Amino acid sequence: MTLEPRRGVSLYQRYRRGLFITAFLAAPVTLYLIYVISPNLQAFYIAMTDWRGVTATPAFIGLDNFQRLLGDSVFWKAVTHNVALLVLLPVVTIVIALFFAFLLNLGGRQGVSGIRGSTFYRVVFFFPQVLAVTIVAVLFQQVFRPDGSGMLNGPLMALGLEPVGFLSDPDVAFWSVLGVLVWQAVGFYVVLFSAGLAGIPRDMFEAAQIDGANRITLFFRVTLPLLWDTVQVAWVYLGILAMDVFAIVWVMTDQQGGPDWSTTVMAAEIYRNAFEYFRFGYASALGVVMFLFTVGFAILSLRLSRRERIEY
Amino acid sequence: MPHTPHISRRDLLRAAALVPAAGALAACATPASQPPATSSAAPAATSAANPFGVADGKPLEVWIFDGGFGQQYATDIHQPLFKSKYPNVEVKHNSTKEITKVLQPRFAGGNPPEVIDNSGANAMDFGALAQDGQLQDLTALLDAPSWDDPNVKVRDTIDQSVIDIGTYDGKFSVLGYVNYIHGIWYSQKVFTDNGWEVPKTWDAFLALCETIKKSGKMAPFTYAGKHPQYLYEPLLTMAAKIGGNEVLVAVDNLEDGAWTAEPMKAAAERWAEVGAKYLMQGTAGLDHVQTQTAQNKYQVAMLPCGSWLENEQKTTTPDDFAYAMFPIPDVTGSDAMPYGTLHTQPGENFIVSAKSAHPQAGMEYLRGMLSKKAAGDFSELVTTVTVVKGASEGREISPGVTSASQAVAAAGDNTVYYRAFAWYGPLNDEAKAATGELMSGGLTPQAYLERMQKKADEIKNDSSIKKYTR
Repeated sequence: MTLEPRRGVSLYQRYRRGLFITAFLAAPVTLYLIYVISPNLQAFYIAMTDWRGVTATPAFIGLDNFQRLLGDSVFWKAVTHNVALLVLLPVVTIVIALFFAFLLNLGGRQGVSGIRGSTFYRVVFFFPQVLAVTIVAVLFQQVFRPDGSGMLNGPLMALGLEPVGFLSDPDVAFWSVLGVLVWQAVGFYVVLFSAGLAGIPRDMFEAAQIDGANRITLFFRVTLPLLWDTVQVAWVYLGILAMDVFAIVWVMTDQQGGPDWSTTVMAAEIYRNAFEYFRFGYASALGVVMFLFTVGFAILSLRLSRRERIEY
Repeated sequence: MPHTPHISRRDLLRAAALVPAAGALAACATPASQPPATSSAAPAATSAANPFGVADGKPLEVWIFDGGFGQQYATDIHQPLFKSKYPNVEVKHNSTKEITKVLQPRFAGGNPPEVIDNSGANAMDFGALAQDGQLQDLTALLDAPSWDDPNVKVRDTIDQSVIDIGTYDGKFSVLGYVNYIHGIWYSQKVFTDNGWEVPKTWDAFLALCETIKKSGKMAPFTYAGKHPQYLYEPLLTMAAKIGGNEVLVAVDNLEDGAWTAEPMKAAAERWAEVGAKYLMQGTAGLDHVQTQTAQNKYQVAMLPCGSWLENEQKTTTPDDFAYAMFPIPDVTGSDAMPYGTLHTQPGENFIVSAKSAHPQAGMEYLRGMLSKKAAGDFSELVTTVTVVKGASEGREISPGVTSASQAVAAAGDNTVYYRAFAWYGPLNDEAKAATGELMSGGLTPQAYLERMQKKADEIKNDSSIKKYTR
């Protein structure tokens, strides 16, 4: 291909600009390539080997690992838990957070300010977010203890009731995990929604009130539609949280995902297979499946969140 | 043609950016594809005093699992002993609670350390190591003269079960150093004060549980509900006692119907009954420390555990508690194995890396550990029993260790063990999950055994999992 001289000059101009940008991006992009993209790509390759983590020469076995995981009942149990979390965690968290945010910002008598002590509550609700996940997990192990020293079972037993096996009963443990996840997440979304609410012009609420709207109408007819963008963002964040929930399950639950596999999630099974069974090839295959689920979720949420924005 | 200078400069820049990146990529998560250089140069000359040919001046790297036994025994007992013989060999001592995280990259990178105490919850998988030829064949160690007496081979100074259990692919490669003796543990003080007798038969055991329950003083029985492996241990030992050692051999070899055999069923039914009637409240949600502490507080009478118990609980045990253990009682009256049958299993597993720089020194280090003095000092320091025969003779030992040692002496050759759970991690996790359910009534004994059989069959039919037999 021949280039005309004039075009060459304009290319040169463009390259100068490109060079400037490249100079800034080179370091972060290189780091990103080496530490994010490359391990991800390598995982696809490892997924097709029988690597057990110690040999220097793993054997290529094609799609055997993927075929195997189709029959792995524990992994599919983990997938159902992730899916259940994907639905329940955002719904429950958003409903509670919206309710709190509404009360903190607009729940007062006049409907344009928060309920009494709202600044105090805002700080309190945010506390769980500040704690490290591991601390939360260990904390709740104590809260859920099955004997009289448990924070929940202590009072129950004092009332003469049977203690609940919050973490030891397979029918209950999943809900305990969900409860902790919601407890930790709500605070952040209260703040997020509060910020969203602060961005809505006050006169909208005042106008609605003059027209005779009560708090419930105000919430469903004015607040929620105007907050829809923020709610969608929250939904995506919480969806991601539900997909890669790991630490709470691994640290808090009995037998790391138990009892009887009742709380295990995809990330936990990947970790278990890699670092406990030393089946790095198989664990990578599970990782690839989880990657596909995550990409699927991302595409789905981008599609669903295309909605017209309300301008004000 | 228009190969203009600015374009080639861009090419240059691009090339300059990619070269280091490509180099770094190659060194990333996937293992190095070239086999590691064989660094073990020609071994030094061997002699009776130096049977493996430890090279003078070549260092020895030791990694100790810093768990229940700590690491002081290595720095204060084993390493000084080794140094006394090889003053020019530098011993690089290290310790960690996370064996896998720290050392697995070293194996993948081809430069593993010589001696590893591969123990604890985060130990490396022996099967994976054996499969990849990372474990030094320690047969030479067995055939070497013992540290104490050149006329006695190392093989004859340790329990036979150590050799059986440490053998992978026909090669003895893992040295269990501590002898774990399993049984039902109780406080001698409690039993004496209340006039309770150690039960010799299962009916007597149930009667004792009933008596304790009715007394209202404490709960009869508990186990580490969060870690049900503490209960599948007595269950399997009982099955072996009823049906003979071959019951456990069948389980280990993943034989068809091994789990659903009659002795297994009898054992599962017995323990399910204990689970339904005699457990301390909340057992399912408590861990080993919580249940063992409850026993120290006299809230529960008995629990199944191993001989590490006394050392583990030394900070919470009342002075006059007087730990003791008893073996699985006679169950049917026509049990295949006599009263006193014990589950003993070597633990605290030491390995030498075959691909390390100085495996000869590693083996010599282990030979030193197996000397009577080293083992005896170790026993005393961490109050436990080692696999070295007679190492604790004439030393001051605690009541629990005394009781366990007596049980071993009484059992004689009637000891059993199992290995399937160490060989097959997924089977172990399924057994934990299912045993927990059995004890809390979520699974009937029949459903429990069928579920375990299903998992065993699954593993048997999975070509990617290496199989072992005994």
